[in-house]
Amino acid sequence: MLEQSFYTKADEIMNKYPAQERSLIPIIHEVQETYNYVPLELLPYIAKHIGITETKAYSVASFYERFSFEPKGKYIIRVCDGTACHVRQSLPVLERLRSELGLSDKKHTTDDMLFTVETVSCLGACSLAPALMVNDHVHPAMTPDKATSLIKDLREEAAKS
Amino acid sequence: MGKMIIDGMPVEFTDEQNILSVIRKAGIDLPTLCYHSELSIYGACRLCNVEDDRGRMFASCSERPRDGMKIKTSTPRLVRYRRMLIELMLASHHRDCTTCVKSGDCELQKLAHRLGVSSVRWGYKERTHEKDRSSPSIVRDPDKCILCGDCVRVCEGIQGVNAIDFAHRGTDAMVIPAFNKEIAKTDCVNCGQCRVVCPTGAITINTNIRPVWEALADPNVKVFAQVAPAVRVAVGQAFGGAKGENVMGKIVAALHRLGFDDVYDTTFGADMTILEESKEFLEIFEKGGPFPLFTSCCPAWVSFCEKRWPEFRNNISTSYSPLQMLASVAREYYADPKNSEGKKILSVGIMPCTAKKAEILREDLKRDGKQNVDYILTTEELITMIKRAGIRFDLIEGEAADMPFGIGSGGAVIFGNSGGVMEAALRTLCEGPERSAIEELRNSGVRGPGPLREFTFNYKGHEIKAAVVSGLAEADALLRRVKNGESFYHFVEVMACRRGCIMGGGQPAHAGYRTKEARKHGLYESDVNTQIKKSNENPTALALYDTLIRGREHELLHSHR
Repeated sequence: MLEQSFYTKADEIMNKYPAQERSLIPIIHEVQETYNYVPLELLPYIAKHIGITETKAYSVASFYERFSFEPKGKYIIRVCDGTACHVRQSLPVLERLRSELGLSDKKHTTDDMLFTVETVSCLGACSLAPALMVNDHVHPAMTPDKATSLIKDLREEAAKS
Repeated sequence: MGKMIIDGMPVEFTDEQNILSVIRKAGIDLPTLCYHSELSIYGACRLCNVEDDRGRMFASCSERPRDGMKIKTSTPRLVRYRRMLIELMLASHHRDCTTCVKSGDCELQKLAHRLGVSSVRWGYKERTHEKDRSSPSIVRDPDKCILCGDCVRVCEGIQGVNAIDFAHRGTDAMVIPAFNKEIAKTDCVNCGQCRVVCPTGAITINTNIRPVWEALADPNVKVFAQVAPAVRVAVGQAFGGAKGENVMGKIVAALHRLGFDDVYDTTFGADMTILEESKEFLEIFEKGGPFPLFTSCCPAWVSFCEKRWPEFRNNISTSYSPLQMLASVAREYYADPKNSEGKKILSVGIMPCTAKKAEILREDLKRDGKQNVDYILTTEELITMIKRAGIRFDLIEGEAADMPFGIGSGGAVIFGNSGGVMEAALRTLCEGPERSAIEELRNSGVRGPGPLREFTFNYKGHEIKAAVVSGLAEADALLRRVKNGESFYHFVEVMACRRGCIMGGGQPAHAGYRTKEARKHGLYESDVNTQIKKSNENPTALALYDTLIRGREHELLHSHR
């Protein structure tokens, strides 16, 4: 069971949209933006509000890679593994990030909830390959060493705030 | 309207919605896995692909017929294509076919055989998911699912339940309940329509054959069965008989051979239901409400109402379903050691319905903490048992059902059809010369096609507004109209399955239009051939009111919610 604050926040978000089936995706988008993930418990709540079944809400939410049911770290690192990035050695960057943070293809988020490392099919920044994104910020022409110092910088930044 | 050329043959079409229907009308059985005429068009399996004169390939289920079209249905390219599709489906399907419960009755298996798929190039899919056995009615085996979506569309489109749906995507895609929870923890109402349309063994009946068989072999247990109306018109076909033929006599004989000590006819229970329900209706009608009164026979409907429309829960009749009526009265009957011979009693219902497996577990239907019915066997399970025992059903001589619960009226036997419960109930209110009054009722609108029928019935100068609805999505819409004040009825019959119990979740699957019609007519014909037409004229049922159940009607015949 989630804390009441989640439901209050969900109410706030849902009130911005008409209580209709088509509001499902915009609502879960905003929930995801707020919490970095979509708490599963909120889906039946949202579904009921807009008049669809929880099965339908789950069907839609689980379809999109973008929506995550797992809590994510403060920094979501999306490593591009599109064709251009792949041929320009994105995998070594990914491997370095994972070994640096103790993550794998099964475990995406560090235990301190600071980092999440994922791959994406294309960031649309092929000219900057290999590229990755940290939250909304693109980092071009990555190398494994640059990845190490990126982690270091982010850790310092987190420690300061 | 128009004409098209199919495989060089000129074929006329009229109002067909898609080319597939025209092709099938022309006598070509194009293979499909995801097409059901009553469901929405999905176009997922691509097996119905055809080629036009420009070599373009398209799915015939989702293309409207146009005048002058020229199409071919089995060019070498199409045949190759279909074989490849089946091969790919088999590759992602857990193929333990030889021991699968669906073996021999599996659409995928049949098509693989028919299209000549003799090998699969991509190895063998091991089991990766647990079976979901949480439901008393159905078993889900996701490893057998080929994602045709038939169950999803029947659950959502026809039943309005949407207990299962597609989740995830690509190679991870599955048909599961929300959050992959157990099906028993969803809004599932156990109607079993998903398993009726499932072409593979992904959704099957949760069978109770084994414990029943063990009891049959136990000399210290007296096992009695009751056979529901819809069962008798669905068994014959499985043994080479005519579609929709009433084979009640043979069923009774087969059950006796299987070792059932007494075999009763649920039509007896149906008459009891009508006696109580019409009494209840008249009381409410004279009192002036609350309206509408809903019938209580269909457990999937009762479950649906409780889950989705709790505000109407108390509008459902408290009268037991026919199954429970007979079982409850029989329980009293066997309480007498003279009748039980001092043995333990096991009560079995042979039903067209998977939801009955859940109904018997309901707390409000228990008396002194004990279930009235121990096990439900669906029509499919009965057929399996007859086959397993090696009984030559085609050769067996019919027998009559046992007394004292072996006689039912004509009104009771039509319970299996949508509209049958309503018709039987209103028959007891018919006045005047019997034959013409019954005839008039029959033509009042209670019978007919379509999932919803609304009609009026005159009773002592008053107009009774009645409705008959089958398919829960249709019932859902009706409830919404009633709630909003757009519709008003005094009396509403709801059956969860389209066309009623004859198309229940426990009936033999793969019933096409002709089989459905034949089952319906089979029951109506049985009514015609029954001497007693009205439930309130069934002498064996009436006699009980002076003996076994005297003064205990409420205790023995009504749910205690």
